[in-house]
Parts: sequence; structure tokens; C-alpha cells
Amino acid sequence: MKAQRPRGIGAYLAFFYPALMLGFFFVIPFATMVAVSFFHRQPGAFYIPAFELDNYRALATPLFSRVLVFSLLLGALCAALCVAAGLPFTYFITRLKRRFQVVWLVFLLAVLSLSEVIIGFSWSLLLSRTAGISNLLVRLGLMDHAVSWSPGLAALVLGLCYLAFPYTVLVLYPPLSRLDPALPEAARTLGASPLRTFFTVVVGTLRDAIVAAFIMVFVFTLGAYLLPQILGRPHHWTLSVLITDQAIYQSNMPQAAAMAIFFMGVSLALVGLTMVLGKRRRPAND
Amino acid sequence: MRKAVATWMLVFGCIIVIGLSAPVSAGQKVLKVGTYGGYFKDSFDKHIFPDFTKETGIKIESIAEPTGEAWLVQLEQAARAGQAPADVSMIAQTPMLRGQRSQLWAPLDLKKIPNSKYLLPQFIHRYKDGRVDGIGAVSWYITLVSNTNVFKQPPKSWADMWTPDKKDKLGLLALPSNSFLLEITAKTFFGGYDILNSKEGISKVLKKLAEIKPNVKLWYRDEGQFQQALQSGEIPMGQYYHDVAGLLAADGHPVRSTFPKEGGVNDSGCWAVSKASKKLEEAYIFINYMCRPDIQAKLARKVGTAPTVRREATGLTDAEFAAVSSDIPPLIPRYDLYTGDLSDWINQKWTEMVTR
Repeated sequence: MKAQRPRGIGAYLAFFYPALMLGFFFVIPFATMVAVSFFHRQPGAFYIPAFELDNYRALATPLFSRVLVFSLLLGALCAALCVAAGLPFTYFITRLKRRFQVVWLVFLLAVLSLSEVIIGFSWSLLLSRTAGISNLLVRLGLMDHAVSWSPGLAALVLGLCYLAFPYTVLVLYPPLSRLDPALPEAARTLGASPLRTFFTVVVGTLRDAIVAAFIMVFVFTLGAYLLPQILGRPHHWTLSVLITDQAIYQSNMPQAAAMAIFFMGVSLALVGLTMVLGKRRRPAND
Repeated sequence: MRKAVATWMLVFGCIIVIGLSAPVSAGQKVLKVGTYGGYFKDSFDKHIFPDFTKETGIKIESIAEPTGEAWLVQLEQAARAGQAPADVSMIAQTPMLRGQRSQLWAPLDLKKIPNSKYLLPQFIHRYKDGRVDGIGAVSWYITLVSNTNVFKQPPKSWADMWTPDKKDKLGLLALPSNSFLLEITAKTFFGGYDILNSKEGISKVLKKLAEIKPNVKLWYRDEGQFQQALQSGEIPMGQYYHDVAGLLAADGHPVRSTFPKEGGVNDSGCWAVSKASKKLEEAYIFINYMCRPDIQAKLARKVGTAPTVRREATGLTDAEFAAVSSDIPPLIPRYDLYTGDLSDWINQKWTEMVTR
């Protein structure tokens, strides 16, 4: 196959536009953040342009490492739960009639329109002692007295998964709906149980999509900063919460920028590692 | 194709109509005023701004500010780009001092604010060189609030928050610079603020404060996070704003606000003008209006804030004054802790204490 050179200025313009948008909305803000992370912090005020590594050196505290590790583990846990729940769910949707598929997808898209704030407050209310679900369970005779399930780690994980679940399904839906029905059918004809079919044939064929969904939820939950405040205890505050504290409440932009960039570096490294590992195993499987 | 043309004609038509109508309204003067979003802004929108417009002809565009420092950062960043998201903003003391460091606040001429003569002296805020940069807008108290259904007896002291029966029942502000819990702890358990003069002393206070952690269910950054839980009794006690608690009680919610015997924390907000604003003349008219004793009295009655002008000028009755203030000497925050060279160290130690 020969690569065709773009013809005429119009073809170049087609490249120019995305490049411009990428530059305007991503490269410039990101470069600003990198620059600010080297600026000098004036305690009790703002910052002055400089080049120093103090903001990065200040990250070497037990507090920062503990919160960093917790944030990454929390992201991985939510990603694992979302994929584990989302994959069978999406598979189930794709086996439905077209009309019902659309209904489900519209419903999931509608959930996306809820903001993090609304989701956080709704869950904290639903999990509360005074007005929450436990009251319903007491009514039904399943529990003795109403209890509070929030704030806590379980509440936080629940909230984050609720937030990320629609994205998981939307990432998994296209490859699953393209999955050739002949493959699972063949497996069934050859005597595999439905469960075995699902895990060996469906999961096996879709490994790339599953890794992609996992990474997306992982990265997405790393950015949540309101839910940990509303549904979590202070030791569940993620790095995003601390970054917000530095940027918004202490007006310490250089420190916040340094934290954000370091955090991003570590996350990208982990994502890269996941992808490399995913690729390396492929030949053995094929 | 024809449909597309029609759409474009409609779009251009709209642009032209908007363009024509803009100069008509430009004849009226507009001032963008920022106050804290929620109950506070609603009360200003309802009780203060319409009368001001009626009297002066200046229309107020009311802007909802996020609590505390967040608004300062936005104003600061915008001013660097020559923009003013609000011309006049209500700014608490810590952000006032932080903004001073970068000369964010436009210097004000007291001659253009004749009503400033009614103000209590501490409510004229100045740069170190003596230029005025803020005029006291309202003052408010952070007090000990409780849900009356859960606690039949009102608490008496800040120390009541430390008792074991409050396990998992408190809502406290999450940051040293908006909770002033260092001051509260120092006054309640160490006999005063002297202990806050050294790192060793502050560490001792933080250690005492750490004992309260099992009792705290929510460390909140934004008052909205706590309000609902306080009303419902989910989190039946904590520190909160006396004025909002009063408004909640007036709306029939089972909430009471108590001035502990060590005193409530008295914080205040200034009217300050961003240096990027081009509406300084209108701002003077607005600030002067807000300093009028009868307007300060109206704020006390309708919004529940304590006046920044001398009490005798306001004509508030004893009962009205007692509802917004207290005879117990207040705890005045140590703003220098949060704006001085120790501020980053304090924040680091605080975060370690809270999140451990």
C-alpha cells in the first residue's frame, strides 16, 4: 500500500485544524503548568517566575508517598471492579434486540450528564443513617436499626465506580457488538459451558478492549477530587484532593503543579507498563 | 441546501438583533459584585441589591463566590490577564492579606466613602504603607452548632467537642485557615494564643487537636457539604457560621448556634476592588451605601451578620444585637499564621495530622 500525499492546501488545512485545537487546549495549558512547577513560591502570597527544583524536592515526604500509593491503588481497584462488572453487563446488552440496546445506552448516557457533585451528595444521602437505604431495609425487617455507611472506603469506591461505569460500558460496547456471534456459538457447539465460553472466547478475543477500559477508568478515577471529600474519610483523600488544596486554598500553584506533573508521570508510567505487558503476552496466546 | 442558508440567516439575524440591543442597555451602569454563594448571596439578592439599584440607578450583577481562597486565586489569575470577574468582592481577612502581597486590591480613597466615619476602626483595612484597600462589609462568627433533636442541652464550651460521647458526630472545617481550630484549641486548652508563637507550641496544639479526630465524621471545605447533614442530624454537632445557622433555625430546622464560653470565632469580610476593575467610581458609591448604619442594621436583621459600624449608630435593639453577636469576648483569628512564613509549614503539619 502506498501512502498518498495530501493534495492541495485544503488537505493540509484538515491537519492544521486538529493540530491547532490540540495546541490550544492541551499543549499550551500543559506547558504553562510545567513552567509554573519550576516557579518560586512566595509563602503567604503567589509565585514569581524562576527556575528551581524546590517544588519537586518538597514532594519527598511520607505524606506525599502514602497518598500517592493510596490514590493509585484506589484507581486500580475501581478500574478492576468497573471492568469486572461492565464486561458481562455490556455483553448482555449486545445480545439484546437493537431497540433495547438503544434504551440501555441512552440510559447510560443520561447518567453521564450527572455531575460529580450531584453523584457525591446523592450517594452520601442514600448511605446516610437518617435518610438512607438502611431505613428501607429496617422497614422490610432485614435490619434492626438504621446505620450510616458513609463516609468510608466502601462508599467512596461505590461512588467512583458509579461515576466511571457508563464510560466503561461505552468503551466496551463497540468491540463487543462487533464480536462475531459465530465464535461463542462455535464454542458452545463444541460443548463449552456458557461461563467457560464467556471467559475463554469473549474475554480472550477482547483483551485489548478490556485493557483499554481498565486504563481509562484508572486514569479517570485518579482525577476525582470531590467524591473523596464527600464520601471518604481524611485518610481516603486522594492526591487530587491535596493538589486542589494547594492550588485553590493555599494559592500555592507551583507546589500544586509539581504534584500534578509527578502524579501524571507515575500514572503514565504505570499505563505504559500495562500496555507493554499486555503486548508481550500476546504471541503465547495467539 | 436551502435549509442551511435559512439557518445561517437566522444566526446572522440573531447577531444583528443582539448587536442593536446592546447599546440600549449600555446606558445603564452595571457593577459586578461578588458575595459568598448560597444563603448569603440569596439574601443580598433579595434584601440589599434591588434597593441599591432603585436608589442609585446602578444595576448589580451578582456573582457567587466560592468560599475563601478559591475566589482569590481566580481574581488573581484574571487580574494578571487584565480581567475582573467581579469589580467589588467580599473578601475574608486571610485572602485580603494574601492579595496585598501582589497588590491585587485597588487603593481606596476614604474621602469618596464619607460613610466610612461610622465604621469601627478595625474594619478599615490597610496596606502596610497606610493606603486603604478594604472596607469592612460584614462580620460573622463561627460558633458551636448542634442539632436540637439529638442534643437536648446546648453545649457550653469548645471542649465539649473532645468528649467521648461525641464519637463520629462532628463536622469541622478542613483547613487551618478557615477553621481557626488552632486558635480554638489554644484558647480552650492552653490558656491563650501565646503557645502559637513557636513551631514547638503549634506542634503541641496540633497534638491536642489530633485527639478530636475519632469524633469527626466530616472535615468539610465548603459549608454546603455540612449544612444538609447538620439539619438532618446525620452529623449533629460541629463548627459552623452563626448567621447561616440562625437562618436555618428561622426556616424551622432543628439547629441551634451556641457561643461557647471561650468565645465564638469572629471573622470578617471586606469590600475590596480588584485592580483590574474599571468601575472604581461605581464601586465607591456601592461601598459607601453599604457603610450606611441603616443598611448595616438591615444586614443584621435580614442576613444575620454582625455590623461593622458602631452599634449605637445602627439602632439595633438589644435582642436584635444579641441574635447576631455576643457579649463574650470573641476569638480573633491569628491571620499572621496563615499569611506569614510559617503558613506552608503549618499546612503541611495540619494535613499530616488530619489524614493520618
